[in-house]
Amino acid sequence: MDVMKKVPVREQDPKVRATNFDEVCLGYNETEATEEASRCLTCKNAQCVKACPVNIDIPGFISKIKEGDFEEASRVIGKSSALPAICGRVCPQETQCEGKCIRGIKGESVSIGKLERFVADYARQKGIKPSKCENTNGRKVAVIGSGPAGLTCAGDLAKMGYEVTIFEALHEPGGVLVYGIPEFRLPKDEVVKKEIENVKALGVTIETNVVVGKSVTIDELMDKEGFEAVFIGSGAGLPKFMGIPGETASGVFSANEYLTRSNLMKAFRDDHDTPIRPGKKVAVVGGGNVAMDAARTALRLGAEVTVVYRRSEEELPARVEEVHHAKEEGIIFNLLTNPTEILVDENGWVRGMTCIRMELGEPDESGRRSPIEIPGSEFTIDVDTVIMSLGTSPNPLISSTTEGLETNRRKCIVADEETGQTSRPGVFAGGDAVTGAATVILAMGAGKAAAKGIDEYLRAK
Amino acid sequence: MYKILKACDLASNIFLMEVEAKRVASACEPGQFVIVKIDERGERIPLTICDYDREKGTVTIVVQTIGASTVRMQKLRAGDSFMDFVGPLGRPSEFVNEDIDSLKGKKMLFVGGGLGTAPVYPQVKWLHEHGIDADVIVGAKTKDLVILEDEMKAVAGNLYITTDDGSYMRAGMVTEVIKDLVENQGNKYDVCVAIGPMIMMKFVCLLTKELGIPTIVSMNPIMVDGTGMCGACRLLVGGEVKFACVDGPEFDGHLVDFDQAMKRQNLYKTEEGRALLKEQEGDTHHGGCGTCS
Repeated sequence: MDVMKKVPVREQDPKVRATNFDEVCLGYNETEATEEASRCLTCKNAQCVKACPVNIDIPGFISKIKEGDFEEASRVIGKSSALPAICGRVCPQETQCEGKCIRGIKGESVSIGKLERFVADYARQKGIKPSKCENTNGRKVAVIGSGPAGLTCAGDLAKMGYEVTIFEALHEPGGVLVYGIPEFRLPKDEVVKKEIENVKALGVTIETNVVVGKSVTIDELMDKEGFEAVFIGSGAGLPKFMGIPGETASGVFSANEYLTRSNLMKAFRDDHDTPIRPGKKVAVVGGGNVAMDAARTALRLGAEVTVVYRRSEEELPARVEEVHHAKEEGIIFNLLTNPTEILVDENGWVRGMTCIRMELGEPDESGRRSPIEIPGSEFTIDVDTVIMSLGTSPNPLISSTTEGLETNRRKCIVADEETGQTSRPGVFAGGDAVTGAATVILAMGAGKAAAKGIDEYLRAK
Repeated sequence: MYKILKACDLASNIFLMEVEAKRVASACEPGQFVIVKIDERGERIPLTICDYDREKGTVTIVVQTIGASTVRMQKLRAGDSFMDFVGPLGRPSEFVNEDIDSLKGKKMLFVGGGLGTAPVYPQVKWLHEHGIDADVIVGAKTKDLVILEDEMKAVAGNLYITTDDGSYMRAGMVTEVIKDLVENQGNKYDVCVAIGPMIMMKFVCLLTKELGIPTIVSMNPIMVDGTGMCGACRLLVGGEVKFACVDGPEFDGHLVDFDQAMKRQNLYKTEEGRALLKEQEGDTHHGGCGTCS
């Protein structure tokens, strides 16, 4: 073995997986994991731990893998993260733990994400579950939203002895883990459901079908239902549209709608009632991870898919791994291109999309070179479906029904980064509801910080 | 699980259910809606709230069978349960937050077409309970499809029923009744609330614009989550994109682009399904099922 290189991970063949919804990455087996673990230098001053938003003891759990004690490895991770099988699959490790790995300076970094996934999958298959805190303190905390921020916050508080109830608006807990990220990247029944079961095993109650702000307000939860503190982890659910002509035509979807139909409502399966119109020729507008998810879902539903993005490949916000997978599967990339109009037929259906070529100018406030239209370069692409994946913003349902809860100009809830404290005493917030659309692991980090903040607040009360 | 306490058919393909849903019952107001999912495999179906009992903790829904999920729903009986029942969603009718005294000075006209009679009922009832009697027009394709007549009679000021085929009470479209009331009987209305099939709401709005009566309509387009997340329910209102689930469902009818909304309704309908529906229901269908026009 070449110690400078990662042990390659097995994946489904691109041609085969383009026609199914099974997981793309097959993960390491025990031999592969042990071999990969042996590449870890067990740094004393581990940079990877600092780069992890939830500060998992990475050299600690990898050492246990080296020893062959996978169960103990899962306990080491469990101290910091309640959702390791999820994080091992969807974290952008290349910019976090693996990005800081000392091995990565001269060779390839240790495959920390794949090792985390291996350990979590091992523990799950062996039925190892976290145990409930024995001494509950009887104090009630409400958590709004059961996505990564809410689950992490709830899990940590339950471990400290609090009586936690999560309120979820949809019929299924998991937030973006169930409605947003597709099955082929994150299996729902085997992985997401099981990790949520683990959070419940810590003593957390989940009440689904409660839209806080509509079914009940934060004030009612605190004044009438006896919750002493509230954590808002309601995410960034509102889709953005471009505002170009033809956008309300039939056949134009937000990525949220397209993915929700497929992921949450299981429209890709014949035994579920919810319909999806996959389209024959699909354009996905945008270049983030959600755009890749939508494109690869449409492909699996049988469409020819083109990603339309206004900057160049270098600026694609999606993870390199996702772009690579998408290309392998046959997704076409139409870069430096921006839609200007969706063409509509006499019945109101999409019949094409007019685009304009772009070139890159000076860097803008995000540090990326801003795209500029090339005059007269308009052209039409032949599509019957357009999926808009331009990002999302926080839902105002809670901020508009909670008096004294400060939001910024992007409608994000203002909260202290260290503690999650908002402008309302006893009300904390974290995740996409505060930052705008970001990643699963950053939301988990915020949930963790808020759990600590809530504990300190309630102890002082 | 959400237990069904009462289930009965109002017409061959319209049924009423009283469902135990404490949080919804304690928070809902006229104008709002719920999303119901029958079981694991079912669709999330947006349905208008027809009535609610805060003390009993129940919500009454009226449903028309249309797609796979609603056909399965109709087979449920008292004692059965829905897996999911979430709400109240959307904004309450504007008058709920208006000053009661100024409201008492207003003359209101409600128009319910077909299944649209169901969401009109709690609004008229709310007003009645606050000492305001509104005029109500109920329109249906034929006698058998007139629903909630007795209930409406108990809370409405004047109730006018009309059937397209003349098989019961007046004959003709609801627009003809509005015209008659305003032009021949000299009635003056400060506001009209029209809920029914899109095509009915469109023509009511064309007429009331002519007559100078501000008109509110309730849009119930295709939805998935009902909380603003998917954007499937987007409509053009006064040239602006609005989400029916969070910005509505009630809008200024004179600003709604009905033609565009009707085209979007066809999104998930097959040619066969459309043909079948046309034959079965004509224009009486309200659109509450989320997969119909």
